[in-house]
Amino acid sequence: MSENVILLAIDGSEGAERALVHVQRRAELGGAKVVVAYVIEWSPYSFNTPEENAQRHSRRESEIAKAHDLVVGPALTFLSEANIEVESIVRHGNPSETLIGIAKETGAAQIVIGRRGQSGLKSLIFGSVAGNLIQTAPIPVMVVP
Amino acid sequence: MNRIIIALLATLALASQAQAGIDESINAFTAPIAHWVGTVVFFKISIAGAQLPLVVLWLVIGAVFFTVYMGFINLRGFKHAIELVRGDYADPNSAGEVSHFQALATAVSGTVGIGNIGGVAIAVTIGGAGATFWLILAGFLGMSTKFVECTLGVKYRTENPDGSVSGGPMYYLRKGFEERGMAGFGRFMGTFYAIGIFVGALGIGNMFQSNQAYVQLNTVTGGALDGYGWLVGLILAGVVFAVIIGGIKSIARVTEKVVPFMAIFYCFFAIIVILLNFTSLPMAISNIFTGAFTGEGVTGGALGALIIGFQRAVFSNEAGIGSASIAHAAVRTNEPVTEGYVSLLEPFIDTIVICTITALVIGTSQVADPNFAGDATGVAMTSAAFERHMSWFPVPLAFAALLFAFSTMISWSYYGLKGWTYLFGEGQFGQTVYKVIFCAFVALGCIVQLGPILDISDALVFLICVPNILGLYFLAPIVRAEMEAYKAKLVTGEIRKYA
Repeated sequence: MSENVILLAIDGSEGAERALVHVQRRAELGGAKVVVAYVIEWSPYSFNTPEENAQRHSRRESEIAKAHDLVVGPALTFLSEANIEVESIVRHGNPSETLIGIAKETGAAQIVIGRRGQSGLKSLIFGSVAGNLIQTAPIPVMVVP
Repeated sequence: MNRIIIALLATLALASQAQAGIDESINAFTAPIAHWVGTVVFFKISIAGAQLPLVVLWLVIGAVFFTVYMGFINLRGFKHAIELVRGDYADPNSAGEVSHFQALATAVSGTVGIGNIGGVAIAVTIGGAGATFWLILAGFLGMSTKFVECTLGVKYRTENPDGSVSGGPMYYLRKGFEERGMAGFGRFMGTFYAIGIFVGALGIGNMFQSNQAYVQLNTVTGGALDGYGWLVGLILAGVVFAVIIGGIKSIARVTEKVVPFMAIFYCFFAIIVILLNFTSLPMAISNIFTGAFTGEGVTGGALGALIIGFQRAVFSNEAGIGSASIAHAAVRTNEPVTEGYVSLLEPFIDTIVICTITALVIGTSQVADPNFAGDATGVAMTSAAFERHMSWFPVPLAFAALLFAFSTMISWSYYGLKGWTYLFGEGQFGQTVYKVIFCAFVALGCIVQLGPILDISDALVFLICVPNILGLYFLAPIVRAEMEAYKAKLVTGEIRKYA
């Protein structure tokens, strides 16, 4: 378990871009390994039609493939070009809970996440991943504005 | 697609004009067939003055056998089933696949329906309060049957090239008998089952539901919809069309979310009614137990109560029919037995919880006022029991019945589809043809008088219990071996909790 692992949580937003740039600089300075994680929001307690259930497996595969191609892939390329050691994880689940799980598995020393800058009402209803992480993560969380 | 819609509309417009004539000719054509099929399937033997349909006996013996053979899995597997549904054993790396909870919720929304509201009332009317006792016992035994059929559904499913899955009795009957060197017999049984589930899906999974939804709507609006069956049918068919052909997931999602809420809402108010009748509760409960063994005032005595209780339980929770195993086959798991465990909660929720609550609502009302419902039976009787305390209740109850009917239709459209694709292959065009037929029957359900058509479909759904349970007997040793192996893995910690 390396002490110097940074978990970068991205979601394809502009905030995530800024977090990526920030992590690249930090990792270069400190020689850290970066784990790039993308969580596809999903709940095991939703209600589906039988047909949706039957197609679920292939949907899941394509969701993961799409996440790799469009979001995680470019971030990996960006970091590897700077000669940073990288690893990627795409997983379904509740974003903050899943990120904390990944942080534990990879032995990350901190989590870096971009700020979405949602309006008060929206974050009141849906919650914010960064906000939840700050409240519940067992390791330091850095929110990039 | 537009041409199909126009053709459908034209047919319906014609149908409504010539409704009476069509009804008559359909009935004249189908009545003799229905009578014949009904006599064969529901062949009754007389025991001590009670008429016992053999097919019900077949289901009961099966359920008792599986309960004993699986070592009372319905009792001993209950806690583990809850843990699985709660996600205690869910591997985070397979998150995003269908969860145990989702599989359970989908199967439950297919079984919770009009039967839970109206079927119980029919049981109590015919079989007396004692029928409730047998209904609950049948639900309890049915848990074991579900365990066996849903485990097999997952174990013998087929994966299609596009990554989707098809499973259910037709697959385990074919492959299971093939493994035992009876390929020809297996193919016959599989095909027979597929035809039965397809026809059943058009009847109890479709026309019966849309018909009852229309009747309910018409009753609460004070008969304002008399003669507008074609309109209600058209709207219902349109919504079903939008979901299963148009792929408008939002409607399905809304229903699938509202249905559990409605079920909770129904149980909540039912419990309030029971509490309002609190003084009648001890008497109502005692009636259930004494009626179960004495069957006072009921034709056929205690045996009559037993038969009707068991029959209604099967109608309601579908244990032994095999439909739920089609829904559970969609779950991707390394351990087919886990779906068996989860599925044993279905008869529990459907029959032991919801049906019992309904029975107590009716029972306590009967104790307080024996003639509370007048001549009403079925949904109307349950509605009257609620109305004694809450005059506004029939309206949300009708709404709940409509939604239950709708979600049951969506689930059954899939069961029927799997029967169809088993027979005719997975081609997209064929599937669309099936779905159009299904929608047309939704509309027909509100237009024609059901009588004989429904009898045929009822009979066929019960008829497919015969190959299904026969298959379950043959394959039960495989299920037991799977179960033992799985239990051993639990003990050694090879399968462990993640949370």
